[in-house]
Amino acid sequence: MKAAKGTVFRYGDNVDTDVIIPARYLNSTEASELAAHCMEDIDKDFAKKVKTGDIIVADKNFGCGSSREHAPIAIKASGVSCVIAKSFARIFYRNSINIGLPIIECEEAADAIKAGDTVSIDFDSGIITDETTGKSFQGQAFPPFMQKIIDSEGLINYINAKD
Amino acid sequence: MSKMTMSQKILAAHAGLPEVHAGQLIEADLDLVLGNDITSPVAINELHKFTKEGVFDKDKIALVPDHFVPNKDIKSAENCKCVREFAIKNKITNYFEVGKMGIEHALLPEQGLTVAGDLIIGADSHTCTYGALGAFSTGIGSTDMAAGMATGKAWFKVPSAIRFNIVGKPSKWVSGKDVILHIIGMIGVDGALYKSMEFVGEGIKNLSMDDRFTIANMAIEAGGKNGIFPVDDIAIAYMKEHAPNKKYVVYEADEDAEYDEEYTIDLSTLTPTVSFPHLPENTHTFDNIDDIEIDQVVIGSCTNGRIDDLRIAAEVLTDHHVADGVRCIVIPATQKIYLQAMEEGLIKTFIEAGAIVSTPTCGPCLGGYMGVLASKERCVSTTNRNFVGRMGAIDSEIYLASPAVAAASAVKGKIAQPSELGL
Repeated sequence: MKAAKGTVFRYGDNVDTDVIIPARYLNSTEASELAAHCMEDIDKDFAKKVKTGDIIVADKNFGCGSSREHAPIAIKASGVSCVIAKSFARIFYRNSINIGLPIIECEEAADAIKAGDTVSIDFDSGIITDETTGKSFQGQAFPPFMQKIIDSEGLINYINAKD
Repeated sequence: MSKMTMSQKILAAHAGLPEVHAGQLIEADLDLVLGNDITSPVAINELHKFTKEGVFDKDKIALVPDHFVPNKDIKSAENCKCVREFAIKNKITNYFEVGKMGIEHALLPEQGLTVAGDLIIGADSHTCTYGALGAFSTGIGSTDMAAGMATGKAWFKVPSAIRFNIVGKPSKWVSGKDVILHIIGMIGVDGALYKSMEFVGEGIKNLSMDDRFTIANMAIEAGGKNGIFPVDDIAIAYMKEHAPNKKYVVYEADEDAEYDEEYTIDLSTLTPTVSFPHLPENTHTFDNIDDIEIDQVVIGSCTNGRIDDLRIAAEVLTDHHVADGVRCIVIPATQKIYLQAMEEGLIKTFIEAGAIVSTPTCGPCLGGYMGVLASKERCVSTTNRNFVGRMGAIDSEIYLASPAVAAASAVKGKIAQPSELGL
């Protein structure tokens, strides 16, 4: 995936994995079933409203808490094309790269972008554009090693290709 | 001359490098890869996508169904079946079936599977617990677990560190839980984001192994990559008892190692600490806690289900009774702890006090079962997270506290400390 464009869902600080996908649904590993309950405890309308390509923008420490990969899986299966945040909790960050969910750290973008804005992202340059306001922001680039995992669409493809 | 932290030394040794520095990306050899009944099925599914078949070392993988076990519903039963069949097919040595099973982060050190100097990853965020013994251990997700099981390796970004200089001696009812809640309250839930939390200082000798497990366990609640303690006589005695045949390696930080920040924690000044909803950083001490009535108390989990925890809870509950209208649920973290608690008479104390005692399970901590909260209910819990909806209804409330505070609260029917019972 080289670019993304969609409507923004906006959240605050410390969005934890328990609200991204509550543990009462962790008895399932089905991506579509997880997506049906994504963000349920923080935004009960999210699963109904989200469309393919939409974007989540949040403040600091997005994805804190549990190591459940079900969280980025639920977001990805909801159709979300990218999560932009001021910072990410480290296990969520790792899991997102490993499963191929694009995420970008950008404090300025998180400060400026509002719910409902149309935002586009060029993953090669890391440039985030709020098409509603016309403002652009430079997201933080991935180290080359992580970029290779993303380009391989996940860790397993990367390891398989290396072998 | 190198200037490495203790965590960096362990990573360097496992990457076959003389030196590493913060921010460096390395690939390192793993001593143990862990998964549970929630994360392993996803990992097993991913493992099948590898072109190379099988696991790297059947002795270096631990599979511990503990979250929704004994099976809480049909879907959970299917997940456990998936883990069981994988373990049998791949002849996994350290698969822990119901009967042998305990809560993973209490079980693995007890079974002697985690020792000083080890590099351990686990598909559970509280894998950081084993830093109490001087291991580098950190939580990862299911795909990393799959890659670890297949290759015996994982990639790491070498973390920088925060040093916590622990001094002094805690008073009677202050334990490891109060220490870590105090620290999280001080630095925040992302205060150690991506970083190691290295605990040093003369005060560490005043913390039992169980206190240290509790502290290292909640490093993740400050965003930490790992929490780690130096290897002293107390840690060595624990390993001699639990892992007599496993070789351990003692790593020490360089004297001139660099830290992003340094804090001094004087244990003698700490008092019982409670994290209010809905973040662990929202800490209060009893000088500013009003009467808060409660519905439930949970004493257990990978944070506080060990023998020291149960002894403290039993000491508070002796000759007292759980208040009317309060359910008190005690969960020994492993079969061995359960048995020990029985032999010491603690189980009798709990039951006579009106508490119930459950087989080991993570159950209520993550709102699975064995103590799910209804709308507007309040729980004092010795677990590790008080996020919105964590233990049940999204308008229920969780107050995180030590076993001493949890037990005293059960008796008073409101958030209370042992001194309120005349203790």
